[in-house]
Amino acid sequence: MIAMLESVGPHLPILIVIIPLLGSLLVAFTRSGNLAWLIASLSVLPLPVAAVLMTMSVLRTGQPLVYEMGNWPAPYGIVYKVDALSGFVLCVVAAIAAVIMPFARKSVATEIPSHQQSWFYALYLLCLCGLLGIVITGDAFNAFVFLEISSLSSYALIALGRHRRALLAAYQYLIMGTIGATLYVIGVGLLYLTTGSLNFDDLAVRLAEADKTYHASLMAALGFMVVGICLKIALFPLHVWLPNAYAYAPSFATTFLAGTATKVALYLLIRVLFSVFGVAMVYDRLPISDVLVVLSVAAMFIASVSAIFENNAKRMLAYSSLAQIGYITLGIGLANIHGLTGALVHIANHAVIKTALFLALGAVVYRIGSAHYSDMAGLGRRMPLTMGAVVIAGLGLMGTPGTAGFISKWYLALGAIDAGLWSVVFLIVASSLLSVIYVGRLTEVIFFREPSPRAMAARDPPLSMLVPLYVLAAATIYLGFDTRATAEIAATAAGFLVGGLTR
Amino acid sequence: MEALERFATHYNYVVTVFLMLSGLFIVIARGNLVKKLIGLGLFQTSVYLLYLTPAKILGGTPPIYDHHFKVYSNPLPHVLMLTAIVVGVATLALGLALVVRISEAYGTIEEDEIFEKDGQE
Amino acid sequence: MTSFTPEFLLAAALVIPWIAAATIPLAHAAPNVREAVTLLAAGALAVVTWSLYPAVLAGARPELQLAQVVPGLDVAFRVEPLGLLFALVASTLWIVNSIYSIGYMRANEEPRQTQFYVCFAVAIASAMALAFSKNLFTLFIAYEVLTLSTYPLVTHKGNAEAIKAGRVYLVLLIGTSMVLFLPAILATWVYAGTLDFTAGGILAGKIGPLALGGLLALFVFGIGKAAVMPVHFWLPAAMVAPTPVSALLHAVAVVKAGVFSILKVIVYIFGIDTLAGSSAGDWLVYVAGTTVLAASVVALRQDNLKKRLAYSTVSQLSYVVLAAAILTPISAIGAAIHIAGHAVAKITLFFAAGAIYTAAHKTEISELDGIGWRMPWTMTAFAIGSLAMIGLPPTAGFLGKWFLLQGSMQTEQWVAVAVVVASTILNASYFLPIIVRAFSTAPPTEADTAGTHHHGDDHGEAPWPMVLALSVTAAMTVLMFFAPDVPLSLAKAMIAEVKP
Repeated sequence: MIAMLESVGPHLPILIVIIPLLGSLLVAFTRSGNLAWLIASLSVLPLPVAAVLMTMSVLRTGQPLVYEMGNWPAPYGIVYKVDALSGFVLCVVAAIAAVIMPFARKSVATEIPSHQQSWFYALYLLCLCGLLGIVITGDAFNAFVFLEISSLSSYALIALGRHRRALLAAYQYLIMGTIGATLYVIGVGLLYLTTGSLNFDDLAVRLAEADKTYHASLMAALGFMVVGICLKIALFPLHVWLPNAYAYAPSFATTFLAGTATKVALYLLIRVLFSVFGVAMVYDRLPISDVLVVLSVAAMFIASVSAIFENNAKRMLAYSSLAQIGYITLGIGLANIHGLTGALVHIANHAVIKTALFLALGAVVYRIGSAHYSDMAGLGRRMPLTMGAVVIAGLGLMGTPGTAGFISKWYLALGAIDAGLWSVVFLIVASSLLSVIYVGRLTEVIFFREPSPRAMAARDPPLSMLVPLYVLAAATIYLGFDTRATAEIAATAAGFLVGGLTR
Repeated sequence: MEALERFATHYNYVVTVFLMLSGLFIVIARGNLVKKLIGLGLFQTSVYLLYLTPAKILGGTPPIYDHHFKVYSNPLPHVLMLTAIVVGVATLALGLALVVRISEAYGTIEEDEIFEKDGQE
Repeated sequence: MTSFTPEFLLAAALVIPWIAAATIPLAHAAPNVREAVTLLAAGALAVVTWSLYPAVLAGARPELQLAQVVPGLDVAFRVEPLGLLFALVASTLWIVNSIYSIGYMRANEEPRQTQFYVCFAVAIASAMALAFSKNLFTLFIAYEVLTLSTYPLVTHKGNAEAIKAGRVYLVLLIGTSMVLFLPAILATWVYAGTLDFTAGGILAGKIGPLALGGLLALFVFGIGKAAVMPVHFWLPAAMVAPTPVSALLHAVAVVKAGVFSILKVIVYIFGIDTLAGSSAGDWLVYVAGTTVLAASVVALRQDNLKKRLAYSTVSQLSYVVLAAAILTPISAIGAAIHIAGHAVAKITLFFAAGAIYTAAHKTEISELDGIGWRMPWTMTAFAIGSLAMIGLPPTAGFLGKWFLLQGSMQTEQWVAVAVVVASTILNASYFLPIIVRAFSTAPPTEADTAGTHHHGDDHGEAPWPMVLALSVTAAMTVLMFFAPDVPLSLAKAMIAEVKP
């Protein structure tokens, strides 16, 4: 057993991408939904283990894990690289993907026609493969390819929603997503033109030299890449595709994408800004910091207000996601250790919290076939366990102390203070107040309204749905007290990223 | 004169930018879902040109090692664009498939008519 | 009891209410067992906190570290005299209030009683955590949990009015705590580098007087539970809750948590000397004084009994803030004693209001003609509570005012003296008429009760658990005047700790 582990160990970086890829192939050939689910689960379960093993090794040795594809060394071949940052995000994505698997079987069985179920799982694995690939690769163009793998499969996942609007949402996402990815690849092309390299680390080294002759091209490349990635992140005002995509996709797809897809795009943004270009080049030359902070604050408020007036719980949570993404980009924009730590911690915490909430909505849709407020009225007494978890996760979303959400806001606020932006501190807490209102509105609907006809017949979902839900709800509380797994690693990663900080 | 010279030496880039902008314009300005996809294709095509322009070296040959030849074209961008073309084809295929489904579900592929139909519900 | 270490007692005090909260739902089907659990937990909690009393007086300061959330940011607990006083008040009155609740909830056939008792236990748990918190961070967590756990109690009725009140309650309390209190904590952290409650304060010499005053404002208005005007609206709104909630939570645990937090912040974060030396806190005397008077004037105009009591609470809470703002050791003692004295008196008044509602279904003061003859125990207790509110001997209310006056005269704060005098007159003019009304009209004759049934007039006292409870608290109100040793010794121990 140990011998086997030792022989597998060095190949974990490639295995974490290959396993879901092969799994999706295998699943595509099955015809039974249950069998497809089983294979998918088996191929997803090892991933968090691999991610955690790699991250622990990176943290223990202090050295990044580098895997050379076909033994071609760094600038010539493609390398996979796990450092504190990518290890952290890998763990988040793989863990979320694994935790929600038990939920998938019954949810998918009710929402997807039986002949499409195996395709659904194949797409899910493919999407996961792409997301993990973006995070682990050390090559700018390779990241683009993985980006498209994950995007194309997520368009198809969304299009499988029951309502015909799902098709339109998928189409709009396809257009926006492709534009975003193409902008990114234009930026990569410009970088390649000026430096002759595609490897992230190598680029970082060569940029300083290239900057002397091709300054304008480099800034253009930066602009293209940032705008392109922000489209995938759905940063305000490039967010219009997201609410419909989340609202009309099948519940399981929404749950998965909400927790992981935008997070991976955020990772890519951090990678490009901090690892490739470096703080000095990005923040001293262009007003990216100011732009990001302003847009983030706008997202926090405008999206929160939209969430308050929304009557469809899925869309409400989608808008809330936009606001929460604003917190993360705010931390990136602040560009100091505390701010960046807050951004990274919130990547993990928001993934946990939002996945829990969408899981609960998935359970609601499973029972009553709708996530509209008018149908969810009075569900509190009918599905007490599910709604209890909604309340816990809702508290996390509000950033109540004692939950994971508070930790993120604490670091973000400290980051804002470090940057001398006291007004931003107040904006952070004021926007939390808006989240109190939209979460409070949902709880009022659930607990105080007369039960709707659909809610009358509802009861708590089966155990396979409750267990993942409560694992995540418990994590929401646990991560509010024990932050060794989140804040400490995030602080380590942030320390590396802003190492060359000049301000 | 200098501007003309710049134009001549950067001819490919001018074409690239033209394709890029016209593609983007079509995506934004057209209401027909298929035409939008055509615009998207144009937009992606501009990227191919952007990458291939510096890779083609005048008088260069395919990079097959032979002592008769001294100048080779850079193979890497060509390979990258091969991948990008595959991605583009896949995107177009998926997009067209979605348009077919939309046409079945709504009976039209004009954006404003679709919004109208959804609004009436 | 002596065999237990203070550390163990501290842990027990923190855990017992949680155990109750976890056990109560299991007994959902058997109300008697369920209520027995509540009573048992309340009794155990009181025993535990009272066992801490001699140890703390002897100088023990047990500590408990639960978790380190972020380096330097701990969830940790430490017993000090002021916190123990608050814990003693809350845990002792929890027993009395539980007896009362049982009578009230059953007599009024309230729905969802299990949820009621669970939320109540959680609220007490967070009050304990708040009382014993070692740093601002822990206090803040407990503060927020207290708000959230009392929200279902405020909205217990579930009707439109309750939901509306719940909104006000939640948005105002969470809002002020997030927008003002949290930034204040952050600023303290940034300036002082720690959040631990330290004798003498942690801000001395760290920031200028202007920032000091601003920070104090953030704390005072951020701690919305203290109901300093203009952030007091939530308290009258919360009166839609069942009366036991109004009694223990909105006269004792929640509001006292607010003034306790302010007192603690002034004494242990700012430091009395730091504030007094910089005159950064002078404005607080005026704000608190205004609240005392304005709330009393509003109370005068209320016909709803519980609303009048609520505004009286707003006014009395600001006594504590005022006493703290005077910034002398003797007034700080007054603040601490008033926390205890007002608690027993105000809970008596609410108990009486609930008893009237249960027995006579009356909520307005104008309906109370002659009720004293039908409910003599209740209205006598009410009279004792009223005396305490006015601040007359022989009641607990006198003591706090006495120390407060002494402190303000020592420092020649004539504004504070004037406020105390004026508010005493106001208090008298909105409490005495109730008593006069209750006893002035003639006692009901035989004909009244036997013959022409006046609607709702054929009643006697409320169920015995309620009468028992309000008699006990009324007795405590008087007792505390004659034997104020416990609060006095703890208050003095606090001062000894701060000013050795």
